[in-house]
Amino acid sequence: MSSNFVYVTYIRTTPEKLWDALTKPEFTKQYWFGFHQDCEWTKGSSWKLVSGDGMVADTGEVLEIDPPSRLVLKWRNEFRPELKADGYTRCTFAVERLGELVKLTITHEADDAHKMIAAVSQGWPQILSSLKSLLETGHALPRPDTLPKG
Amino acid sequence: MDAVFKALAGPTRRRLLDTLRARNGQTLGELCGRADMTRQAVTKHLAILEEANLVATEKRGREKLHYLNPVPIHDIAERWIGKFERGRLSALSDLKKNLEREER
Repeated sequence: MSSNFVYVTYIRTTPEKLWDALTKPEFTKQYWFGFHQDCEWTKGSSWKLVSGDGMVADTGEVLEIDPPSRLVLKWRNEFRPELKADGYTRCTFAVERLGELVKLTITHEADDAHKMIAAVSQGWPQILSSLKSLLETGHALPRPDTLPKG
Repeated sequence: MDAVFKALAGPTRRRLLDTLRARNGQTLGELCGRADMTRQAVTKHLAILEEANLVATEKRGREKLHYLNPVPIHDIAERWIGKFERGRLSALSDLKKNLEREER
């Protein structure tokens, strides 16, 4: 059975600003709890999610990229053996302008039942709330004290 | 935020969200099968949930799949729950769950 989650948020910004926030490390670090993505952002390039202290948490590859509207990543956890064993998942970022708002849809999916999908389901809503706050107010939300330590 | 509270105020709509929480990504037909309501009633409740962004939909071929989108509920929690309260609230909620399970 396939497993997946779909998260949607509406942000008062432009698709270009949202794209920068999604891809540039200086933005990402602010709302993604100190993490940034190490990637050249071209189709086929390798992708890494790196924590504030330099640990490589996840790795993968850019499957599709069409700035500022669509990004598809192949994504595998690296630091929890039981998640790594389940293999790759797919994460799609879709950015769509709707009048003064931008709709961001994040779909995280796997072809089979995958522990990582349940693991990320806690994280994405927090990251999205913080990203929305950063773009609309200039301030990201404080890191929650219950965030599991990498 | 009004739309979220209005949508959550209906017990039928909360049950639809529970159904999606149990299994994410269901078609209208599947949701009707579990809801004991007419197709029109389910469609109407889903529209209110979608309007509030509590349900996200995705087209898969000819089918439309419905997903529970917890982001607006998280935004509400962020607004009223402080950074350091979260751990204590979660401990309290675990305690309640454990005690109530024992009673059954």
